[in-house]
Amino acid sequence: MSEVIVVTSGKGGVGKTTTSANVGTGLAEMGKSVVLIDADIGLRNLDVVMGLENRIVYNLVDVIEGNCRLKQALIKDKRHAGLYLMPAAQTRDKNCITPEQMIKLIDSLKEQFDYIILDCPAGIEQGFQNAIAGADHAIVVTTPEVSAIRDADRIIGLLEANEIKRIDLVINRLRHDLIRRGEMMTVDDVLDILGLPLLGVVPDDENVVIATNQGEPLVGKGSMAGQAFYNICKRLAGKEVPFMDFSKNVTLWARFSGLFKKSLQEEQA
Amino acid sequence: MSIFNIFRRKTSRQIAKDRLKILLISDRVNCSPEMMELIKNDIAEVISKYMKIDTSNMDIQISKAGTNSRNGKSPVLYANIPILDLRN
Repeated sequence: MSEVIVVTSGKGGVGKTTTSANVGTGLAEMGKSVVLIDADIGLRNLDVVMGLENRIVYNLVDVIEGNCRLKQALIKDKRHAGLYLMPAAQTRDKNCITPEQMIKLIDSLKEQFDYIILDCPAGIEQGFQNAIAGADHAIVVTTPEVSAIRDADRIIGLLEANEIKRIDLVINRLRHDLIRRGEMMTVDDVLDILGLPLLGVVPDDENVVIATNQGEPLVGKGSMAGQAFYNICKRLAGKEVPFMDFSKNVTLWARFSGLFKKSLQEEQA
Repeated sequence: MSIFNIFRRKTSRQIAKDRLKILLISDRVNCSPEMMELIKNDIAEVISKYMKIDTSNMDIQISKAGTNSRNGKSPVLYANIPILDLRN
């Protein structure tokens, strides 16, 4: 039985597409068969992050409208045998398909794949409704910022109202240096506010920018973010993986000055 | 910013957390300010039957329940009503 996962956030730019690409690639690396569906009709980007933008002929809307067969719209990944992408249409808008059509499309993909991952558009309108329609599991991506958390909270309410059975949280772009200085909310702060089970914590990592530039997901590669995404995949597959301790990556100087500040703070108190 | 200021001020982490907590209360409860005003007036009217209260400084809000709630998510109505005179 395949698992249908929607990656959503409410707010734009928090890392939905990056998370979708890396989770999909990571699961494929673990030997699973995966299809990534870009549900962001009109503003597609998953193809670019995956480096598959030059291979698009047909898209999701073509399949739904019957302009092509299902298989014709599935783009095989460059690196992983079991990984496919179904791109969104770029010249159409979100209102051109319905939740019922999405459910039908997802059902037709269930026989072939272990995981169906939907990259949800930002917002709470039709595009969101389409993306969550066929999902039984949601990954809510947020960053430790007021605006992203507020939107995530709204999305969680909507997911619950739509009876999505399982909702997990991924906290993206965590900066340990800021947390150390008390200038960023911690993982526990975010969990305290949103009250969701934690699926993963991804540190802010320049390698994500580099990987996106190159169109190659960084999951499983040497970087901190790559490792964090791979851990998310392992947890999705049911393995128990401890959360990474990012403080280990802090330079000696940061540690020293942190210690100095702490002792001064204690003196003040 | 002087070095001593760093320790005196509230960290932006705490500010963010406090702001979010208040923000999400009104986001989560689908309750319009007009309705809150009506509730406030009704409460004031009832309490005024028994004691003299300061209606201008009265404050009511809906906030997340304390630790005694069963699922931790059910909201509570919180009212702060300054009493001017306990005898009617």
